[in-house]
Amino acid sequence: MERFMNLSELQKKLIAAARLNPPSDQVPYAFEKRILALIAARATTDRWAFWTRGLWRAAVACVAVAVVSGAVSLLAPADNGDDLSQDFENTLLASVDQADNSSMP
Amino acid sequence: MERPESELITAVLKGDTASFEPLVAKYSPRVFATARRYARRESEIEDIVQEVWLKAFDKLKTFRGEAPFEHWLMRMAVRTCYDFLRGHQRNRESSFSEISDPEEDWLERFVADPGNAAEDADAAKLLIGRVLEKLSPSARLVIQLLEIEDRSVKEIAKLTGWSVPLVKVRAFRARSEMRKILARMTSDKYL
Repeated sequence: MERFMNLSELQKKLIAAARLNPPSDQVPYAFEKRILALIAARATTDRWAFWTRGLWRAAVACVAVAVVSGAVSLLAPADNGDDLSQDFENTLLASVDQADNSSMP
Repeated sequence: MERPESELITAVLKGDTASFEPLVAKYSPRVFATARRYARRESEIEDIVQEVWLKAFDKLKTFRGEAPFEHWLMRMAVRTCYDFLRGHQRNRESSFSEISDPEEDWLERFVADPGNAAEDADAAKLLIGRVLEKLSPSARLVIQLLEIEDRSVKEIAKLTGWSVPLVKVRAFRARSEMRKILARMTSDKYL
């Protein structure tokens, strides 16, 4: 039967049919209000997303620092001579000690 | 008095979101008509149009005002419809066994006498809808823009972002793809 079916003619007819039936341009009621509401809602979500993302990143960084500090304190030799807190105090108060020593007769 | 488009766009870019509303109200009919050419279900059509407007809002700062806002928006609409077609290809492989009686009658009339089958018949409209749904996304877009909307190759290149030679190649392939689909449809029914 295909030999009786003129395909290019059929193609032309169907294209013409499509041209004769343009789609409707009807817009749902208050569609523009819906779009505006979506934009507003998205802006609020975006602001929260910004803060949430930032806080999560900060939390990850804090956990990483805590893990590294913990690992260092665990893996460091138990008795390595001078106490770290004592060293810190000596350094911090070095200027005071120096001042005291120089004021002595 | 209606505010000019350029003024509305400038206001939106400065943060006045409400100024976007007149633009949506003015151009939504055209965007809806475009979306209805590629999607059938009303929920899908609304999703497409919504996506077009959200993209337009996000990319508004890239609108330079050299061409009318409508052209810029329609480019976005056509590309969004193309993305939609690419994402919804699942029904293309079905057969033509579901052709209704009026469509079959129309084809019978066409076979008997091509001049006797009216183009304005509802059956012809349904048939072209079925054929378009079977086309690949690029072929459907080209047939729609070139053959049905009667746009030039240059216009299609601008709308789709494809080069002129690519549009020509795709148009050639689309026509042959459509002919193959028609051959399959008619052989399904008549052989």
